[in-house]
Amino acid sequence: MYQTDQYEGMIAETVGMKGHNGDVINAYLARPLGAGPFPGMVLIHHAPGWDEWYRECTRRFAHHGYVSISPNLYFRDGHGSPEDVGAKVRAAGGAPDTRVLGDLDGANVYLRSLPYVSGKIGVFGTCSGGRHGFLAACRLKGFDALIDCWGGRVVQSKDELTPNQPVAPIDYTKDLSCPILGLFGNEDKSPTPEQVNTHEAELKKHGKRYEFHRYDGAGHGFFYYDRPAYRQEQAVDGWKKVFAFCERTLR
Amino acid sequence: MCTMIAHQVKIQGRGKNGPEWFEVREANVSYDHPYDLPLEHALNIDFVNEALGPGARVAVELSVEGARQLVKTIEAVLAQADQRGVLEDRLVVAVPAPGRVREA
Repeated sequence: MYQTDQYEGMIAETVGMKGHNGDVINAYLARPLGAGPFPGMVLIHHAPGWDEWYRECTRRFAHHGYVSISPNLYFRDGHGSPEDVGAKVRAAGGAPDTRVLGDLDGANVYLRSLPYVSGKIGVFGTCSGGRHGFLAACRLKGFDALIDCWGGRVVQSKDELTPNQPVAPIDYTKDLSCPILGLFGNEDKSPTPEQVNTHEAELKKHGKRYEFHRYDGAGHGFFYYDRPAYRQEQAVDGWKKVFAFCERTLR
Repeated sequence: MCTMIAHQVKIQGRGKNGPEWFEVREANVSYDHPYDLPLEHALNIDFVNEALGPGARVAVELSVEGARQLVKTIEAVLAQADQRGVLEDRLVVAVPAPGRVREA
């Protein structure tokens, strides 16, 4: 908890990092000043793009004492406003899972190379980023906590699979390597409460450590203060749960 | 995006999202999260020219009812024009659009 007589400072800037296939992509890095060691956090931007909300979110984690990095998962799709680039990726059916995983692995490696980062690294994602986070925590090594905020399409029927997303993430549940915090709105259409039930049952079946919170009066994206989906009370409670979970799993 | 329902069609036309017109070659139609319309999902149409970069885009985000009415209206207008024999169903080849400097 921040105290008013406490020193605080951070550095936040765009950096280059190696992602999938060794490609250098850009990323937004925010870190508290000081020698550390600080735990790390990889932030996976949502489907609409690598936008201002994600920059703020990255700084928010830094403010709470985490060295935080948000890789630009759409780097290879060209540059322009986040909306224009996001619209291009939307038309292409989303970023390929394989490429996203390569970039997230690169972000993990990047954090681990920094002298002020402790050995604990979490991963946070909302919307498609929640889905990618679940994939990362199942398929990659080196993540110690996962925060999945309303990740849609973790549960996918066969007809929803595409060349870019060829496997439903829920099929990898047995490989989940860290505790998961899930936040969901009961009025969400993707994931629906029934899909969250299915996901929870699979986690239970495989004996995974999970903590799901489901909010009445909230739908998809209830943290987004710039969208009508924002729900103040649920968002405030959700953020408290996020940081309590991080303190337990990453400190 | 969260539904991943997106189709692309090749088109011929011109679009404007600033002071200048540019050639649009593709229309991307999706039912997914809009950027500005205050709905969780919307019918989104992006008229783009992929060769000119992501910024060459004219975007509209429609409610489902608005989209259905638009489709009917386009069909009705084309049918009326066809009935009058004024449809110009041919390729635009005479003057290429000036386009833009590639943004990427």
